[in-house]
Amino acid sequence: MEILPTVWFVVIAVLWTGYLVLEGFDLGVGMHLLVSARTETDRRVMLNSIGPVWDGNEVWLVTAGAATFAAFPFWYASLFSALYLPLVAVLLGLIFRAVAIEYRGKGASDRWRRVWTLALGAGSFVAAFGIGALLALTTTGLPLDANGDRVGGPWAWFSPWAIVGGLAVVGFCLVHSSAFLALKTDGPVRVAARRRTVAWTPLAVIPIVVWVVGVQLRHGSIVTWSLVVLAVAALVWGWVAARASCEGQAFAGIALFLVLGVAAIFGASYPVVLPSTLDPAWSLTVATASSSPYTLGVMSWVAAFGVPLVIAYQAWSYWVFRRRISGAHIPEPHAVLPAVRR
Amino acid sequence: MDPLEIARWQFGITTVYHFWMVPLTIGLGPLVAGMQWRWMRTGDVRYLRMTKFWGKLYMINFILGVATGLVQEFQFGMAWSEYARFVGDVFGAPLAMEGLLAFFVESTFIGLWIFGWDRLPKRLHLATLWIAVAGSVLSAYFIIVANSWMQHPVGVTLVNGRPVMSDVWAVLSNNTAIAAYTHTLFGSLGVGGAFLLGIGWYQLWQRRRDGIDTVDATGRVVVGEAPEIPGRDRGDHRVWLSSLRVGAVVAMVAFAGVAITGDAQGKLLFQQQPMKMAAAEAACESGTGFSVLSIGDPGSTDCSKVTTIIEVPAVLSFLANGNFTTKVRGVNELLPEYQAEYGTTLPNNPIYGSRAGETINYVPIVAVTYWGFRIMIGFGALAAFAAAVALWLTRKGTVPWSRWISRLALVGILAPFVANTAGWVFTEMGRQPFVVAPNPTAGGVDGVYLFTAAAVSPGVSAGELLFSLIALGSVYGVLMVVEVILLVRFVRAGIAGVMPVAAPDDPPDTDADGDAAHTAADRPDVLAFAY
Ligand code: HDD
Ligand code: HEM
Ligand code: HEM
Repeated sequence: MEILPTVWFVVIAVLWTGYLVLEGFDLGVGMHLLVSARTETDRRVMLNSIGPVWDGNEVWLVTAGAATFAAFPFWYASLFSALYLPLVAVLLGLIFRAVAIEYRGKGASDRWRRVWTLALGAGSFVAAFGIGALLALTTTGLPLDANGDRVGGPWAWFSPWAIVGGLAVVGFCLVHSSAFLALKTDGPVRVAARRRTVAWTPLAVIPIVVWVVGVQLRHGSIVTWSLVVLAVAALVWGWVAARASCEGQAFAGIALFLVLGVAAIFGASYPVVLPSTLDPAWSLTVATASSSPYTLGVMSWVAAFGVPLVIAYQAWSYWVFRRRISGAHIPEPHAVLPAVRR
Repeated sequence: MDPLEIARWQFGITTVYHFWMVPLTIGLGPLVAGMQWRWMRTGDVRYLRMTKFWGKLYMINFILGVATGLVQEFQFGMAWSEYARFVGDVFGAPLAMEGLLAFFVESTFIGLWIFGWDRLPKRLHLATLWIAVAGSVLSAYFIIVANSWMQHPVGVTLVNGRPVMSDVWAVLSNNTAIAAYTHTLFGSLGVGGAFLLGIGWYQLWQRRRDGIDTVDATGRVVVGEAPEIPGRDRGDHRVWLSSLRVGAVVAMVAFAGVAITGDAQGKLLFQQQPMKMAAAEAACESGTGFSVLSIGDPGSTDCSKVTTIIEVPAVLSFLANGNFTTKVRGVNELLPEYQAEYGTTLPNNPIYGSRAGETINYVPIVAVTYWGFRIMIGFGALAAFAAAVALWLTRKGTVPWSRWISRLALVGILAPFVANTAGWVFTEMGRQPFVVAPNPTAGGVDGVYLFTAAAVSPGVSAGELLFSLIALGSVYGVLMVVEVILLVRFVRAGIAGVMPVAAPDDPPDTDADGDAAHTAADRPDVLAFAY
């Protein structure tokens, strides 16, 4: 076993897990803004619950991408060029989402807000779906040739797994963010979110379970199967807690479900990072896709220093903004008028 | 259509666009932090107002930089997979360091700063902004390290034809990177300075037009107030005058900075990428003269079609070597060297597909490099000159009574943007036909180079690239309109747009503004900032 490439395989898995756990509720809140919120105050309460942290959460994706580039350039090159069109959609979704969060409140008219709410909800949905498809396909395989390039045209990547993965992440985001909103808000938003968590969780996690089990059936081992069992146990714990209105435990249970589920997926895939569906000999593995030992060594120092630091100050920022948000905290919107004599 | 051409257009467009937000973020960030610092030190509410106003514009711009940066991060893999495979061992590292050490800091602490008003202790709140700004400045360093490695590859050895990193310190302390980084920081400060200057001018002019401020017989300002317009009190005047003067000084300092660092960059460039510099000078023949004006067939890469009609003797060799006599090599002398070293046609390697065997043109488009270089310097100098004039014109406390100059001040905001863009276009297009430029004789590693034609993703079709180019291009276009509309809206609203209940400028004499104290914004449980 190659030590450093394996370490970096774990680091990449950690980065993706961090991204899904943290940005999962940001993207979910974006979707809920469009489909679940009843009043403008509800929408603003929801939005401000993620207000201070969503940008920091998004960087987990940036870093997952860049770390893949540094540690596994061949994985980065093959995966992202093969999934060209879905990634364009993800990028457009994330662009609209980011800009909408910032610009939505900066116009006074209803139409302005409606347009940006749509951009926020649709952008979050597309991004979540695309990321899910990308992650599912990197575990189930793409039609790659010996050089690692996609064969068969712009849509050759498509397989039912893309849909399963897309739905998996969208479903997870929706329930994860419900649990988050129940934990972070007060008033009608909290009550509705609590109800939704209980009602939707069993349905919304079906695709993710299909994906996890699908990967296990091909490559699972005792260890990864037991992770699956633990994941399901965490989910049940979260759901029971949600029914009992223990919001903190419900959120923790659902998050833990995802962490263990992703661990089971990555664990079963190892040492393959990107299977070729054309010829197993062309699959990329931690050994064939990775950078030189020197580069991995340098990056290990950087990660050993950087990752704990990031976790520490992000945790601190969650602590600073630990208070629940409710309608009473939301300032009145005010018109922004030119400061001139008319 | 050729996927390569589309991919190049896409990369150029998205990167240049990203680099419209970036210098404003880097330039404005430290200025806003400085304002808040002054407020803490002096308690002068003028600086609080400045912080709030410029901070709002900073955020409007920041977000678009974040959104477009995402595209940059993934584009290397999507459209340039062969490039990513070739350079990944060394190039990915600074990118990952940027994410881990800079972007996380930047975006987490920006969140703490915007939502931390009234929530964090004052000192800590100020510190969050300084830390976020440090994150921006650090991110610029790492990305310039990555870019400079493409201009001047160092710290690697060739293993099976692929560069493998052997010395990370050499990569991080690449002399090209140090020069380009400092140069870019000063270029960004210039953007921030001109921004303050132009908008400050516009506000002072509005106050004069509305008859709020007048001047006495000696031309000194007589500050007035307009109680019926929110925010237009006496303190408002000080806000804009300070902003204007700070902006003007920063713009001038920044220009001195770019001149010094740019000179350093130029000297390195003459050694490392002589062809780029020869093209930038439209220097066909070796010589010592600096061209002030050269004419000929624009867009040509053929030297015989360009004629220099105004030339300053000896300046070119001063730029390149620091003396007046050493000849600088021209295109006609360099071309045979490049052809002998790197071949006359693209090799017969599957990487080149149908392009194998095409003739390689080692001369970049002369008009682009030549004018890119001059526009960069020219518009930068213009902004610095305008800043000096502005300082002089406002010495008596307000702006002159001229609608024409006030419009010019607003348009002048664009000058450093133009200079920055031109600088990058020159840098990147001047590097062609290479994406990783060879420079073995100047400390680079021999044999490490990559033709742009070999860098594009082999599996991605022209249709996909065209689709993304059109999709990204139109979304970027729309977002630019939205950003400008928002910036304009908040600029026109002045202080009242960012502080609906303006802080009193002088210590409150009585409870005169008692009604303000009871608005929602003053209730302790209401967020000071909310989306
Ligand atoms: C306000 C912006 C601005 C201004 C006034 C200047 N520059 Fe600049 N220049 C840039 C903004 C810029 C830039 C956008 O930041 C670039 C592009 C890449 C880089 O590293 O910096 C650049 C690149 C760049 C390069 C190319 C480096 C390469 O291709 O590797 C040189 C030689 C100079 N500059 C030299 C100068 C000189 C001698 C200036 C004169 C006074 C000058 N620049 C003013
Ligand atoms: C790490 C930083 C950067 C990297 C790795 C990089 C890399 C590249 C690559 C791969 C291309 C495509 C090949 C080509 O046509 O030259 C390119 C082109 C280009 N880049 Fe950069 N770039 C970087 C920064 C920038 C920045 C900040 C700008 C300006 C804002 C910029 C402006 C351009 C332009 C204008 C082109 C088009 C040149 C052409 O098509 O001839 N680049 N760059
Ligand atoms: C092609 C090369 C580039 C890539 C891959 C890239 C990548 C990115 C990414 C992913 C972000 C968003 C970070 C976030 O989510 O917070 C970003 C923003 C930023 N980038 Fe770039 N970038 C490039 C060029 C540059 C250059 C040349 C500079 C500076 C000289 C720069 C400076 C910044 C700064 C200061 C930000 C903060 C947000 C803002 O721009 O407003 N970037 N970049």
